[in-house]
Amino acid sequence: MDLNALIKEFGLDVKAGAAHLDREVTGGYASDLLSDVLAHGGEGSIWVTLHIHHNIVAVASHKGLAGIILVQGRQPDQDTLAKAEKEEIPVMVSDLSAFELVGRLYKAGIRGAQAD
Amino acid sequence: MAQDLKRRAGDDDRVTRTQEMLYELTVGEVMSDNVVTVHPDQTMSEIRILMRDNRISGAPVVENGKLVGMISIEDLINALLEKRIDVPIREGMTTDVDCLYSDESLVHCIAKFYRLGHTRYPVLNRKGELEGIITKGNIVEGLLRKLEIEYEQTETKVSAARQRPAMRKFFEDVFADEISFTFKYNIVGQTLQHAGTAASELKNALKKLGVCPPLLRRIGVAVYEAEINLASYTQGGEIRATIEKWGVSVEVLDSGPGILDVEQALQPGYSTAPDWVRELGFGAGMGLVNIKKCSDEMDFTSSVPEGTHLTMRFYFTS
Repeated sequence: MDLNALIKEFGLDVKAGAAHLDREVTGGYASDLLSDVLAHGGEGSIWVTLHIHHNIVAVASHKGLAGIILVQGRQPDQDTLAKAEKEEIPVMVSDLSAFELVGRLYKAGIRGAQAD
Repeated sequence: MAQDLKRRAGDDDRVTRTQEMLYELTVGEVMSDNVVTVHPDQTMSEIRILMRDNRISGAPVVENGKLVGMISIEDLINALLEKRIDVPIREGMTTDVDCLYSDESLVHCIAKFYRLGHTRYPVLNRKGELEGIITKGNIVEGLLRKLEIEYEQTETKVSAARQRPAMRKFFEDVFADEISFTFKYNIVGQTLQHAGTAASELKNALKKLGVCPPLLRRIGVAVYEAEINLASYTQGGEIRATIEKWGVSVEVLDSGPGILDVEQALQPGYSTAPDWVRELGFGAGMGLVNIKKCSDEMDFTSSVPEGTHLTMRFYFTS
């Protein structure tokens, strides 16, 4: 499933990186600890988080993530958006809570990485 | 063909790749398994039409699943000369047939071609059932196919090698007792506002120099964590990345306050992060653990209140 399909299916609001939505989503990761994502986020994964500050873009870029979904309708900071455009990382917003969203993503076939 | 190959090899006393392939390939791999067969009760005149339509010069004769003979254009000419064109194939075919087995190596097969002089051989499995037919054309095709596959693989390897770190190429071309490049970044402490910039700039620089993506990612993550540490806990410091012949060495230096218990700081989950750091999603006590995981080698020394010195090494070969 690519990001476009994900956005359509879950009614996500695209905030940044609209030009990079044809990327295939190969897995998912949910965490609000940035070091945890740095350690365990898989390349091509979609990341579900409630953080809105620009450090999330750096983390996503370093790990080669497919994109970031902010939960509970949280709006990203302006510098987050600017950085996301620069780093070509799609940032999307969902009105759902993290638990709900992850559950639905899983149901749609997106799987988490195996624990190591 | 085998002779030719042998002669060529004899010139420089070395086994060619093509010769080697003759040992690796089996008859079954190069034979054509789409065989036109005939029944012994068909007539010799029927075989003439069959040969013309299928553009073949011979065919195995099969009865009840068993190979009973071979029929060739030579048999047909003989039949024509003897005006026996309307007799069944059974009477005009060659019954003393030399066969090959599909699991035999091409080397054996070629030897047989030269020894017996036939232009085609039926190929049987070890149960004696007909599996295909092999001609010199099949052998040449099979060898070419394998050479092409290997050529393509070599090309891919060559193009991969072309994308090798430009830096490495540089190191190969330039001679000096010691060569290195250093990138230095100053990190402001006590704020996460700009944290991550140095790591991403360094990553960009290394990318331009041709460092391969997996290594690039490890360096990116490790330096990012180190940068976050400088920004979160210190009065500021610097990150010095040096590109050496063997890889990348990154030194992270700060001007205090230092860490009292280095062993404890290296424990997963141990953190002294203030609330403002934790609120931003850091301070989980995973930073140094991540650095250790990402780097090939890590040295970590600290003294209070002078500061901390972290060295990470990343090898090009890993």
